[in-house]
Amino acid sequence: MAHQILIHASTASGMTTVEALVKHPMDSGFVKDKAGKIIPPHYIEVIEFTHAGKVVLTGFWGPAVSKNPFIKFSFKGGKSGDPISVSWVDNKGEKASVSSNIM
Amino acid sequence: MTKTLSMMERSPRRREVLLGAAAGAAALVVAPAVLTGTAQAAVTADAAAYPAKAFAQTTEAAALKIMYGGAPTHSAAVKMNAPDIAENGAVVPVTVDTSMANVTSVALLAIDNPFTMAAAYKIPAGTNPGISSRLKLAKTTKVVSVVQSGGKLYSASKPVKVTLGGCG
Amino acid sequence: MRLIIMALMGASFALFGSLASARAATPINPQADMKAFQGYFLKRFPKVPLAAYVNGPYNFSKSEADQWKQIMEFPPYQFALDTGKSVFNTKFPNGKDYASCFPNGGVGIAQNYPMFDPKTGRVVTLGIAINRCRVANGLKKLKLTTGPMADILAYMTSTSDGKPINVVVPNNPKALAAYRAGKEYFYSRRGQLNFSCASCHVQEAGMHLRGNVLAPALGMTAAFPLYRSKWGNMGTLVRRFIGCNKKVHSVPAKPDSAAYRDLAYFLTYMNNGLPVSGPGARP
Repeated sequence: MAHQILIHASTASGMTTVEALVKHPMDSGFVKDKAGKIIPPHYIEVIEFTHAGKVVLTGFWGPAVSKNPFIKFSFKGGKSGDPISVSWVDNKGEKASVSSNIM
Repeated sequence: MTKTLSMMERSPRRREVLLGAAAGAAALVVAPAVLTGTAQAAVTADAAAYPAKAFAQTTEAAALKIMYGGAPTHSAAVKMNAPDIAENGAVVPVTVDTSMANVTSVALLAIDNPFTMAAAYKIPAGTNPGISSRLKLAKTTKVVSVVQSGGKLYSASKPVKVTLGGCG
Repeated sequence: MRLIIMALMGASFALFGSLASARAATPINPQADMKAFQGYFLKRFPKVPLAAYVNGPYNFSKSEADQWKQIMEFPPYQFALDTGKSVFNTKFPNGKDYASCFPNGGVGIAQNYPMFDPKTGRVVTLGIAINRCRVANGLKKLKLTTGPMADILAYMTSTSDGKPINVVVPNNPKALAAYRAGKEYFYSRRGQLNFSCASCHVQEAGMHLRGNVLAPALGMTAAFPLYRSKWGNMGTLVRRFIGCNKKVHSVPAKPDSAAYRDLAYFLTYMNNGLPVSGPGARP
């Protein structure tokens, strides 16, 4: 399965706002499929954002985070063109990352 | 474990969304303008750092004790925005923010979910403690936002009603 | 909660039953139907401007509208749009592509569908046109309800964003018959619950059914395909027809059936002039 991460970062008055949408089923382990079988839990446990190599946010997620998670936050500093990257690892050990630049 | 980067051009959907007066003022909904995934980055997210035990708790007290080693006091300085009635319990937008200084962590708990802890964030110096995300709520529940500031815990809460959708 | 359902079921269906049969008996005049259809909603909800109907239920619930606005900050259909665009732009094994099957390379044309095809005498939805294109190029048809079809539709629809819906019912007996069949389907009650499409989406439009607002039929087709939180993925208008049919405990038609083609034809024609706003997001 292809892992996709969409990230969007922009600066205004000294603050950089980051928005990301991460493609992931975030299966809770409490839902049954059509055949009545429990879909095993499969969710992102750790997600991390870095700006120019420095960690700006670390998130720990449980199965209560929605499918295809969205997150928005902001940090001081950052300028247009700076690299922003995000990476995640899930409970099955799958991982993905993407790098972008501040608009 | 394939990693596909998503490259997007300017969204075609930058437009004003018009709503009838019945729903209040017209709103500007702007789709993200540029979404660029230009390169693959190092995976810094560290599975070993995951506080698995805190996420396996079924009460607020136990989850917070394990996560932070304490219990919060209610504070009006913790602001949260969550709907009164979720339009769908699977996707409930929740925003937490605070004007407090020296915030090192923010957590969201859904009291009546199977596991209480929904999400927790480490906030390094320079990062704003305001975070928006979307949560799954299994049923009508109190949602609690916890802020760790100067080593102390503060919280705010809000009940969110989750109703059965009527439309097939 | 139960009270609301009861009230809904007990609502005055007699009125609409007679209206439907009266309409069916009169000569077919799509243009007049459309004026009356749009006029009905505009008169009933004077605060909702015509173009706002493309936002469906969100005109009727501030709370739902607020959540939707937050969700639209980064719409959940973004992945589908992304995938749909790359699929659309990928060449078929024979070297041709989707663009070769459509006027203007398939860009900015979604507002003209469903379209009557005089050659076959049938209504062709954009999804069915995409499948025709695939078959003509030696590929298998895609499922019309969800998955890659919804992705491609999301992209093609996005290139028509804001364009006025412009479905044409030509003066052709088969086109007029298809339109009439779609209209009759819309107003006919079916299933164990004995609901018509109009029961929920005309009479009870804007009212609550349990936790959801019933979207008015006006504007409804404009936001498809859409990401429904309940589905957790994308779905087409046909998928929604099937869902509605099941909900009133009736047997759904086949996705490419004449019944659903004609229904889409009628319903989208009623939305003529409204801006295309798909893909969309709904609860």
